[in-house]
Amino acid sequence: MALNSMREIFDQMREQHLAFWEVVLAYDMDERQVSPEGSKAKMLLTWQAMRDAADAYTGQRSSLSGLVGGDGMKMRQYNLRGESMLGGYVSAVIAEALSMAESNACMRRIVAAPTAGACGVLPAVLLPLDLTQHQILQALYTASGIGAVIASRASIAGAEGGCQAEIGTASAMAAGALVAIRGGSGEQIGHAVAMALKNLMGLVCDPVAGLVEVPCVKRNVIGAVNAVSAADMAMAGIQSRIPVDEVIEAMGQVGRRMPVEFRETALGGLANTPTGRAVKERMQAARKR
Amino acid sequence: MDIFDILGPVMVGPSSSHTAGAARIGYMARTLLGSRPLTARIHLHGSFAETGIGHGTDRALVGGLLGMKPDDMRLPFSFEEAEKQELSFTIDEIELPDAHPNTAVIDVDGEGGTHLLMQASSLGGGRIMVNKLDGIDVNFTGAYNTLVIHNQDENGAIAAVTGILNQLHVNVANMSLCRHKRGGDALMVIETDQHLTLHQVDFLRHLDGILSITYYDKEDDDDGSQFDA
Repeated sequence: MALNSMREIFDQMREQHLAFWEVVLAYDMDERQVSPEGSKAKMLLTWQAMRDAADAYTGQRSSLSGLVGGDGMKMRQYNLRGESMLGGYVSAVIAEALSMAESNACMRRIVAAPTAGACGVLPAVLLPLDLTQHQILQALYTASGIGAVIASRASIAGAEGGCQAEIGTASAMAAGALVAIRGGSGEQIGHAVAMALKNLMGLVCDPVAGLVEVPCVKRNVIGAVNAVSAADMAMAGIQSRIPVDEVIEAMGQVGRRMPVEFRETALGGLANTPTGRAVKERMQAARKR
Repeated sequence: MDIFDILGPVMVGPSSSHTAGAARIGYMARTLLGSRPLTARIHLHGSFAETGIGHGTDRALVGGLLGMKPDDMRLPFSFEEAEKQELSFTIDEIELPDAHPNTAVIDVDGEGGTHLLMQASSLGGGRIMVNKLDGIDVNFTGAYNTLVIHNQDENGAIAAVTGILNQLHVNVANMSLCRHKRGGDALMVIETDQHLTLHQVDFLRHLDGILSITYYDKEDDDDGSQFDA
């Protein structure tokens, strides 16, 4: 089998009487010729790497350009003071998303999910929850299966499909993971994925000075919060009117028709503002030295 | 598709192409050099030159040359590590016609008089491709176990190597042959499905007509692969 469409995964679930995450596990065992224990052990190592990255965050570091650092800590302290408007789980999600994305920008060790620039989204929605090992496996296999489908049907690279392909995909993976651990059905996972992707469709990749910093770090926040709202809608029984595979196709099409200025070239959007251009010039001066 | 390419790699940030891929290119150069690097001249092309400093591309390339993998926490401090390990290096910019935007050329001398001139590009997601070795066009990615063999261009050299591989039950996945001119030095790149032991590589090294041989083992590049068995 292959992970070419959500429909194929739903079919496998029905035919084999498996949960969504178990279909993805079976795929990995077949693809890499490993035992279930071997596959799960590698997945748990991946989770451990995410946790280690979160634990190592201090808020003291800054990126090589100096544009990024410390915002995750500001958000944590604000939350601790009880001032957050969202409060509780979602305010913790925001702090985790900022911290992980900052860690990436500051050359710390992270887990690409599906890319380094979008590495904060998935761990942000999972880390604040008190998860059992079983739930961790449910979440991570579900998320990787969703990412694999989007990679094969559309794209997960900003240079090909804009930010919607990176943060959008990460958000869809996180939304599906949340539905999986809340006991949602395969269809509900599909609706959560569809809604998460739809709500970020068209998002451009416009990194200032070509660096994975501005606006990437804060875009991890919208990816994560969007995932929570999509998962909640799906669990409430709300359905995407456009089927999930068609949404993925549409996202791919939007990406392919996106002007090159908005596909990681740092020629448009925020990268092409006066301030964005000034940062680029400052980095160019450093290069000449 | 490997789901651990979606959830992974575990890597030092900030960019899979400009940081993880760069570390892998440096690591590949060290492996193909076949000994401890002493002096390296690194040339950056395209986006590697334009945004390399902000992405730590320079540090990742040097870290790779020192044997660091893309998930090595010492990558940001590789320049300091190079000083400790007595690797001297220079980094500058180069313009290469028709090269991939994320390309580096590494010209390195190693212990025991070894030398390597390698051009490689970072394709995204941490995947790399080696484009040139010692001036000869090649293309391999490190997705397979890879033998790089310099041999005299004479009858039987190829048959000798592939004959031994056959006896070892090592299947050849891809193979390319190049030479500068008839009767001169030639380059064989052989990608295999199975692993080779150091002992087996040594055996190939002593065949007639083989000038030098280096071996890149794919497993060296995996994370957590010990759990795959």
